[in-house]
Amino acid sequence: MKKLTNPGKASIVVIILFLSTLWVLPMWRIDLRAPQYPGGLSMKIWINDVKGDVDIINGLNHYIGMSTIHKKDFPEFVFLPTTMAIFMSLGLGVLLLNRKVGYYIWTGMFAFIGVFSFYDFYKWEYNYGHNLNPEAPIKVPGMSYQPPLFGYKKLLNFEVLSQPDIAGWFYIGAGVLLVSITIYEWKKNMAK
Amino acid sequence: MNKLFLVLGAVALVASLQSCKMKTTESAVAGDAASKVYVPPGKYDEFYNFVSGGFSGQVTVYGLPSGRLLKVIPVFSVFPENGYGYSEETKAMLNTTNGLVQWDDQHHLELSQTNGIHDGRWLFANANNTPRVARIDLKTFKTTEILQIPNSGGNHSSPFITENTEYVVAGTRFSVPLGNADVPISSFKKNFKSTASFISVDKNSGHMNIAFQIILPGMNLDLSHAGKGPSHDWFFFSSYNTEQAYTLLEVNASQKDKDFIVAVNWKKAEEYAKAGKGHKMATAYAHNTYDEDKQTATSVIEKEVLLLDPKDCPDMVYMIPCPKSPHGTDVDPTGEYIVGSGKLAALIPVFSFTKIIKAIKDKQFEGNYYGIPVIKYEAALHGEVKKPGLGPLHTEFDGRGNAYTSMFLSSEVVKWRLSDLKVLDRAPTFYSTGHLMVPGGDTRKPYGKYLVAYNKITKDRYLPTGPELCQSAQLFDISGDKMQLLLDFPTIGEPHYGQAIPASIIKDQQVKYYDINKNHNKYVSMGEKKANVVRTGNRVDVYMTAIRSHLVPDNIEGVFVGDEVYFHVTNLEQDWDVPHGFAVKNSPTADLLIMPGETLTIKFNADKQGIFPFYCTDFCSALHQEMSGYLRVSPKGSNVPLKFGTGVIAPATADATETVAK
Repeated sequence: MKKLTNPGKASIVVIILFLSTLWVLPMWRIDLRAPQYPGGLSMKIWINDVKGDVDIINGLNHYIGMSTIHKKDFPEFVFLPTTMAIFMSLGLGVLLLNRKVGYYIWTGMFAFIGVFSFYDFYKWEYNYGHNLNPEAPIKVPGMSYQPPLFGYKKLLNFEVLSQPDIAGWFYIGAGVLLVSITIYEWKKNMAK
Repeated sequence: MNKLFLVLGAVALVASLQSCKMKTTESAVAGDAASKVYVPPGKYDEFYNFVSGGFSGQVTVYGLPSGRLLKVIPVFSVFPENGYGYSEETKAMLNTTNGLVQWDDQHHLELSQTNGIHDGRWLFANANNTPRVARIDLKTFKTTEILQIPNSGGNHSSPFITENTEYVVAGTRFSVPLGNADVPISSFKKNFKSTASFISVDKNSGHMNIAFQIILPGMNLDLSHAGKGPSHDWFFFSSYNTEQAYTLLEVNASQKDKDFIVAVNWKKAEEYAKAGKGHKMATAYAHNTYDEDKQTATSVIEKEVLLLDPKDCPDMVYMIPCPKSPHGTDVDPTGEYIVGSGKLAALIPVFSFTKIIKAIKDKQFEGNYYGIPVIKYEAALHGEVKKPGLGPLHTEFDGRGNAYTSMFLSSEVVKWRLSDLKVLDRAPTFYSTGHLMVPGGDTRKPYGKYLVAYNKITKDRYLPTGPELCQSAQLFDISGDKMQLLLDFPTIGEPHYGQAIPASIIKDQQVKYYDINKNHNKYVSMGEKKANVVRTGNRVDVYMTAIRSHLVPDNIEGVFVGDEVYFHVTNLEQDWDVPHGFAVKNSPTADLLIMPGETLTIKFNADKQGIFPFYCTDFCSALHQEMSGYLRVSPKGSNVPLKFGTGVIAPATADATETVAK
């Protein structure tokens, strides 16, 4: 059984620290801008909450029949922190076990959680933008209002920009580090 | 040859006649004036300029240097535009001992000060006709307090303030007998009194109270200004009609060479008041306050006022002779010079505070006026500005040692130097300037960049609009040696005094909307589920909510002819610049303009049977036109149950099952 290198061990601690920012900082932000909102509107998604100008956005979206956003409607705000907490404690297990294979599995879990989360986010955005109240006052034929998964999109009078927030960047940093260290460990193993 | 000279001479004569033409006003604007007042779209002005609305009773807010009208603040007059004075919440603001007084003549404004400098907290405004003083909050631009002044026949020399806003004063323009005694008008000398009221202002809340009233002989107090720095403890009031005329004042009050500047040591007065030298007089005056928390105004009738008689309080009041019927009395930024503008005098006397104090110490008096010592004119005088112009009215300062005096008759602004009293420059105004204003020009630190002249007459200056023409303001650049006219713009009502403050001081403290969770209005509806209609006898209270783009309830039935319906409308929005309006068909007074998070109430008398549509009057959203509802008013005694709701669609037969009692 191959043991972890020192950088490999250190990376586990760093990744856990990076991921713990999810509890103190927002992970994703969706910014909106329209002529009537010169200062812009912003929705901040946390690991367990959605904050920012949610009430104002809810008020506006009822014209086009979009459903309103409420914290309680998102089981993700329970599942995601639980999953991440388990993932982080498993990291401690990998560190104690001190085996390369543990690290590889850990990285694989991260990739799965990441891909699944994005799929879930996309699915929510799709429903949010497509499931419109048929009695909505304003109906634009052929128009749906799915926010961009990542990047910029123009939706009627609003410009929308969707991107990671600070904790999101830490999350991405954690992913980059995991993959890099996995490759590093792998190469070290090959070199022997 | 001689003939040729003759011809040439004649040509020269005709040519020179050409240059003898009357001056026109067109030459007045020169150079880069346009670029100096151009504030590009989306950019902000440098100053807020608060301007008195005169007989409109309101206060207006302009941006400088653009001259753009930003807001009309309703103060002493009802304002149908937003329901001020009509809504149940604001009615009490206009209460007086004479009932609701819904109009006034608003002349002067003062911004609150700390250490002699604008602090951006409050704006004070006087009402001349029904003597009152108002306080406006500069976070909301709302009138939050109005205090009536007893023993006053007209509140003109007001609301000037001391350097730390310790006191706001109110001096009577028209003397009247104390306590509304019934006496012959011809007993003026014996029975009529003028009073100088000192209104204390609470440091934290701004709450006003009449601390004491100083009883002065019957005469007309015109204007006033507080001392500064070394003269901090003093207040100076100009007076006219010391002749004590009570008829044809035009002639009879213009006989004496000199009237007085009344110098009041308010610190001494404060001590006398504390020491019990005054006497309490039973009286009645209204004190109206707007409670931000309850969003409601209440009116209390105060019952007592403390009077201080100079007879019992030595060293408190002195008179300084001042030629002739002085109007403005203005104190320079250092607090040393007091400028009296004798409106009928051919010179401007400038008094020295140091000399006044010395004269008092050396007892250089020329006599007394009803027992008040009169200081010798020469003993108090710093000097006279000779031939300044005709009809000097008011003086402001630029903080660089210069003074600017408005000339009503010669229609100009005259710049002169305080140290040697030399006239430096003059600029024509269009026409007949009353007050003028330099931003911060009556404080210890004038900003000194601009000067605004407030004109009484416009004649040909704007497109004519029938016989009733606007009055106007004119903006000058005073940063150079010569005053440069930049702009003129029309005003609302008659502009008297104004004040200006750098935008940076108050811009960022503006309230954007009210927090609905802090709305403690008695009639608030906290959410649509709390919307309700309650009948108590013939009073019907409608607890209504407004949010884009519907009203809850929007169908109301079971109201009968003779009912009094109170619509309590709560704007549930929590976003900037999303007010909703509210009006019912045939509403005889006003609509409501309800800010986000606010509750306002309008009373509607159900006088006639019918279906009365009501709607949002402020275009709030793409579905604003849909934001409406119906009130059904049935004949008295009908069998119509109380029913209300929004979005409830009745079965098609509903109307058939209902019967209307005949």
